[in-house]
Amino acid sequence: MSDEAPVRKAKGTVFVQPEVCKGCSYCIEFCPTDCLEFGREFNAKGYHYPILGRPEDCTGCGLCGLYCPDFAIFGMRFKDLEAARAAAAATPPTR
Amino acid sequence: MSESTLNDDLDLSGLPLVDNPVMPYLRQERIPHIWCPGCGIGTTVNCFTRALEEAAKDLDKVAIVSGIGCTGRVAGYLNLDSFHTTHGRAIPFATGLKLANPDLSVVVYSGDGDLFAIGGNHFMHAARRNMDILVVCVNNFTYGMTGGQVAPTTPIGATQTTMPFGNFENPASLPFLADAAGATFVARWTVFHVRQLTRCFKEALGKKGFRFIEIMAPCPTLFLRRNRLGDGVDMVRQYKERSVLRNGADTKEVAVGMEGDIVVGTFVDRERPTWLDAMNSHFSSVLGDRYRTYGG
Repeated sequence: MSDEAPVRKAKGTVFVQPEVCKGCSYCIEFCPTDCLEFGREFNAKGYHYPILGRPEDCTGCGLCGLYCPDFAIFGMRFKDLEAARAAAAATPPTR
Repeated sequence: MSESTLNDDLDLSGLPLVDNPVMPYLRQERIPHIWCPGCGIGTTVNCFTRALEEAAKDLDKVAIVSGIGCTGRVAGYLNLDSFHTTHGRAIPFATGLKLANPDLSVVVYSGDGDLFAIGGNHFMHAARRNMDILVVCVNNFTYGMTGGQVAPTTPIGATQTTMPFGNFENPASLPFLADAAGATFVARWTVFHVRQLTRCFKEALGKKGFRFIEIMAPCPTLFLRRNRLGDGVDMVRQYKERSVLRNGADTKEVAVGMEGDIVVGTFVDRERPTWLDAMNSHFSSVLGDRYRTYGG
């Protein structure tokens, strides 16, 4: 056994829309791997919004997106990301 | 709205933007919504749209009806055929919608004050008749939009604007009421149980009859602040600690107080002929060939 901590590799990531976040901290509190934290930046309304503090721990489970009452964050696995990009490229943007 | 930004490492330049999975179901020109920071209603909307997606519903055949109140705004934010009715009259409107177009999947999405105080009689009779609608009640134990008055669900001892020395009125237990009135599917979840709630929505969307789902949600601005219960996230943490899963529990024993267990799960799941089925079978037997069956 080596003394070094095992190297973790992120399996997914999160996307944040800072301008709609209201800083309720649901995503930070209920993230199963505790990889989110409040950033130091404010958005236009004066709320701190979450950032991915420990990206290597993110599994892309998407629970943050399910909890977010303001539709400001969502997570995605890397393996699903390519398909989502292809779908996004094929359809006109929704906003 | 600003564009999605990926946190650190990955380079997004030149790549098409990935959208939040909930976005296609929302009227995006109305986002950001007006719900307070820490309010749980948005979370229930997430779960509902996820369930619509998983159930592969034809969105042209889903109609959503809301009454007045904070939860009543859900109809305005969802990009479905939606109607924002007068106070308490969401269920009568949904009944008419369902009977005029039986192909529709009609969902009533409203709050506890709208469904059980102002519209309490309609709830009872729609459940008694077994109208084929799904009723979603987001229960925040107070009247949020009008300023924190005592609602029919406010627990004994809770302080509200109209009860500054604490509430002494016995609250209604919504699953018990729905069960007694004859609902075919009765479930309760809290905002903490997002996965379970999504599954429950999906299951309920696939069933027939009067289906009722109660979702307990925090109201940080009025209920929590007046009772010094902390922020929205503190209440959701309490839901996590206090909730006990008891599927098939006797609905007499699922009342909620300021403290103690919150029983969650699917309490009732039974089969009864819907109002349309009952009407068709009744008139077919009475009138025979002279009657042409209507709807499903």
